[in-house]
Amino acid sequence: MTSFLGFVEGPLWAVAAAVFVAGAAWRIVGLLAIGRKPDISPPRASAALGFIKANLRHFYPRQLFLGRTFVHLLGGYGFHVGLFVLLLFAAPHVAFIKDRILGFGWPSLPRAGFIVAAEFAFAGLILLWVRRISDPVMRRITDRDDHVGSWLTFLVMLTGCMALGQSHEFLRASHMLLVDLWLIYFPFSRLMHAFTFVLSRGFTGATYGRRGMTP
Amino acid sequence: MTAKTADAQAAIDKFIAATDSAAAAYFDACVHCGECAEACHFYLASGDAKFTPTYKLRPMVRAYRRHKAPFSGLKRMFGLAPPEVTGEELETWAELVYDSCNMCGRCTLVCPMGIDIAGTIAKMREGFVAAGLAPDGLVLSEKNALETGSPMRVRLQALKAQIAHQETETGIPITLDKKGADYMVILSSMEIMGYAETIGALARIFKHAGIDWTISSKCFEATNVGVQIGSSETARELVSRVVDAAEELGVKYVISPECGHAYGALRWSGPNLIGRPYAFEVVHIIELLDQLRREGRLRLKGKSNEAITLHDPCQIGRRGGLIGEPRRLIHHVSDGFRELDGAGITNLCCGGGGGVSANPRAHDLQEAAFACKKAQIDKLGSLDAIVIPCANCRTVFEDGMDAYDMELETIGLSELVAGQLDDASSRGEGSRD
Repeated sequence: MTSFLGFVEGPLWAVAAAVFVAGAAWRIVGLLAIGRKPDISPPRASAALGFIKANLRHFYPRQLFLGRTFVHLLGGYGFHVGLFVLLLFAAPHVAFIKDRILGFGWPSLPRAGFIVAAEFAFAGLILLWVRRISDPVMRRITDRDDHVGSWLTFLVMLTGCMALGQSHEFLRASHMLLVDLWLIYFPFSRLMHAFTFVLSRGFTGATYGRRGMTP
Repeated sequence: MTAKTADAQAAIDKFIAATDSAAAAYFDACVHCGECAEACHFYLASGDAKFTPTYKLRPMVRAYRRHKAPFSGLKRMFGLAPPEVTGEELETWAELVYDSCNMCGRCTLVCPMGIDIAGTIAKMREGFVAAGLAPDGLVLSEKNALETGSPMRVRLQALKAQIAHQETETGIPITLDKKGADYMVILSSMEIMGYAETIGALARIFKHAGIDWTISSKCFEATNVGVQIGSSETARELVSRVVDAAEELGVKYVISPECGHAYGALRWSGPNLIGRPYAFEVVHIIELLDQLRREGRLRLKGKSNEAITLHDPCQIGRRGGLIGEPRRLIHHVSDGFRELDGAGITNLCCGGGGGVSANPRAHDLQEAAFACKKAQIDKLGSLDAIVIPCANCRTVFEDGMDAYDMELETIGLSELVAGQLDDASSRGEGSRD
């Protein structure tokens, strides 16, 4: 088991991290390299400011839509906030980042904090997925990638919780294997929205920012 | 289902060519959350999931993922790329791209990724035109516009007759083709034939404020069916006609009328379509009126007490940037103004924009979608009139209100302002400050 753990934390981790970094960068660069014609209509306001404003504005909903989008908002924020708290502040993650990536760390969550963050993340992800399979709109637009991304993330989180005590190498190895698979899958999938959302909001913000609007 | 044979490859080529970095970012960022449906009046009115805005983009997304996206070659090699778009699929999708999308842009407001679905639908329509799948109503309007300058075949003779009538009504002469005038007015065919009192209102306001203006006999049509059907070539030709007429007369400004898409076509798309800046500025009539108000050049006999509300045309407000201007004007002339739910940037489309009202096939859908607008209006209780600064929206409202047995006067913003002017303080035709 030690050798399997060594493999998933060693060579496979290195390959997965490389695929993640290179793949995500390739995809972003490839997307930008497609290019866009410059807009020569006389602007009413700043496109650059529009890029920034749209990125910030879409973090919170417009009041008129709040009632109709409440479930998605709850699930989306619960999942993402929980996930990022776990990713950045779970004690094993802080230790891993310090030992294997950056060479320095930061204070980590106490166990109770981990459990609360995990509950938010799981509840949010499960809510989003149940909505995905039950809502007629979601069923119509969902494809295989949506399910693979959801399940892979779920399994990474599940094995991460199981490995929390680090009492069994198998559990830690399972978690690392799934993390490696998740990292390899990431650049080829819709998980890339973690990066592309900035561009998506920004392009719209720039286009309409020139017109003095932040849609 | 149309009987036409769709040229799928032509559509795919256009989809690929039209996918720039922005569209690619949209396609890559969409997480299929479905929130956009909650902002779409076609979905809200019908409950049919096929009207989910992001779903309408699917053929173009597929073409991008198969042919242009980063890693698309790798995915094709391993059989992981999505299948090719087919003609049958495009034929099915024509309803989603033309009949049930006003390109109103409301879905962008609710999208966590801020995806400009309306702008992408406009690009997607280029593919449908190439495939021969544009709706017959829009194809006819395009043919009319290219042949006669007007989608409704309104010719100069008809304009002159309407102008003569308005001159008689107002007692104000209107000069065509005045070289070196400050402003050139363009109009929509719908205004000329359906709401000609707008011409009289403009004459009164401009005389009152001392605006030096004219109308070109060579090009007086503001609408641009090219941007609605999805033909850059047609859009470019129609913009060029306005630009040529304005530059020939040597005007400083072209006034875009109370028409939604005409403003976007000339003000925001036009220079990009013809590939150069204009020798004049484009100003929307609402912007100009608000400027005149700010400068104290709209002197009133008093304010109206009628209970009125405002419909924000999508292409003027949400997608055009004029939200505050109409409100300041209405407050200037009225004490009875009340806002609709979600007024301003989140306002609901009338259901007829983006070429839908010119597409008879979409009539039932348009009428169903108007139910959302009706619900907004009903919520305000008793009203005397609704101000609609877009002639196309106005006809859609009148059709919709007729279908739903509603009684409410529609009025243009220029007419509203002109009706409250103190003509005794008029500065006289042609004079300027």
